[in-house]
Amino acid sequence: MSPRITLATAARVLRQLRGDRRTVALLMVVPSALMVLLRYVLDSDTQTFDQIGLQLLGIFPFVTMFLVTSVAMLRERTSGTLERLLTTRLAKLDLLVGYALAFGLTALAQVGIATAITMGWLGLHIVGGVGWAVTLAVGSALLGMALGLFVSAFATTEFQAVQFMPAVVLPQLLLCGLLVPRDHMLDVLHWASDVLPLSYVVDGMARAQTSTASGGLLGDLGVVVGCILAALGLGAVTLRRRTP
Amino acid sequence: MSVPAIVVQDLVVDRGGRSVLRDLSCQVPAGQVTGLLGPSGSGKTTLLRCLVGVQRVRSGHVTVAGLPAGDRALRTRVGYVTQEPSVYADLSVRDNLRYFAVLAGTAQVARSVDETLVTVGLADRGGDRVGRLSGGEHARVSLACALVGAPDVFVLDEPTVGLDPVLRRDLWRLFHELADHGATVLVSSHVMDEAARCDRLLLLREGRLVADDTPAAIREATGTADLEEAFLRLAEGQEAEL
Repeated sequence: MSPRITLATAARVLRQLRGDRRTVALLMVVPSALMVLLRYVLDSDTQTFDQIGLQLLGIFPFVTMFLVTSVAMLRERTSGTLERLLTTRLAKLDLLVGYALAFGLTALAQVGIATAITMGWLGLHIVGGVGWAVTLAVGSALLGMALGLFVSAFATTEFQAVQFMPAVVLPQLLLCGLLVPRDHMLDVLHWASDVLPLSYVVDGMARAQTSTASGGLLGDLGVVVGCILAALGLGAVTLRRRTP
Repeated sequence: MSVPAIVVQDLVVDRGGRSVLRDLSCQVPAGQVTGLLGPSGSGKTTLLRCLVGVQRVRSGHVTVAGLPAGDRALRTRVGYVTQEPSVYADLSVRDNLRYFAVLAGTAQVARSVDETLVTVGLADRGGDRVGRLSGGEHARVSLACALVGAPDVFVLDEPTVGLDPVLRRDLWRLFHELADHGATVLVSSHVMDEAARCDRLLLLREGRLVADDTPAAIREATGTADLEEAFLRLAEGQEAEL
């Protein structure tokens, strides 16, 4: 692995993204716009907005980064650039970390804007630190990115890559505790939600919402980071130098 | 014939349950332009993929500069250009070259990029997005991304297809210049009129080598001045043998 190649890869991915102004605009605006929508759908029920709003702030970056990365990586595979890259000095880790840096920075901008609007304008109230919420949201984005990289190996067209979103993301959305608290679920579903990483993003957000204690939050963040690394590891396995 | 830079021994490759290369052995010398010719589907791309170490093989050996194909130490020394241009269509020409220059470990990236743009005749298109270029320009960007790293072994899969005749002549001139400076240049093509531009020829048909010689020697052995005709005679000979 070489820092120069990793950074060049991150810069290249960011440059590709920057060239696509419409995608950048959608990435930056849509989460904030949805928060505004949510705020006025709930209208006077500010307590529910505080609760759901913060959890959604953790979920949006997961969904968007999953989609963007799975399509970006699929293009890399189908355009032949991946095969070409693997004939150069680039190590698999250069590629994975380069992607993580590029999309991590993008997520930071996305989350920063959404947080500023949600807390500043929409008046979302949070007891714990905003820093925790932002950290968890960026972690959630990286989790989406890592899973996107992995599933792109199983898609042969962009249609398929996009269809992995409902398949991978929606079950987690139903089970993560956003709709029903996880300990109210049937045992089987509770177990399922225990092994799905998005649950820990939502748990962490709920904790940051109600308390300043950082113990449980660190635990949640730890699980999220562990899952990011595991998904990146699985992604690395799908990057083969030699193919049939 | 100079020292062989690429040595292929008893190479067998299966793809999709069918054998694509059948017990193929050949050598490619340094300092010359070697043409890999054969019809579409004869196994040219598969052989080239073996040389750069991205093809899973069933048996046989491939060495490049004395090292097994795909070896880590070869990655800055071998420049590979795929048949379909494999560059980033959503980046500018210059950004593509810059990225591949860094991957190749080039010391003076900006200078190498500028020089390479001139070499492939795209000096005035550096700022253009690759996706907006014509097919021929797109292919030249892909070639430039291999040239920019200044490798000493070039594995080029049909780099001149679809280009206008003047450009094709210029590129063949470039390949010979590279070879004159000691590089190993292996160029595949399915167009027989390009065969005459090579120092040596490997003629491939249905995964088997039907000739491995200089164009002159092939013409002489088959008793025809036309290389297309020579290929036909060799193919008929191969069929009679089987």
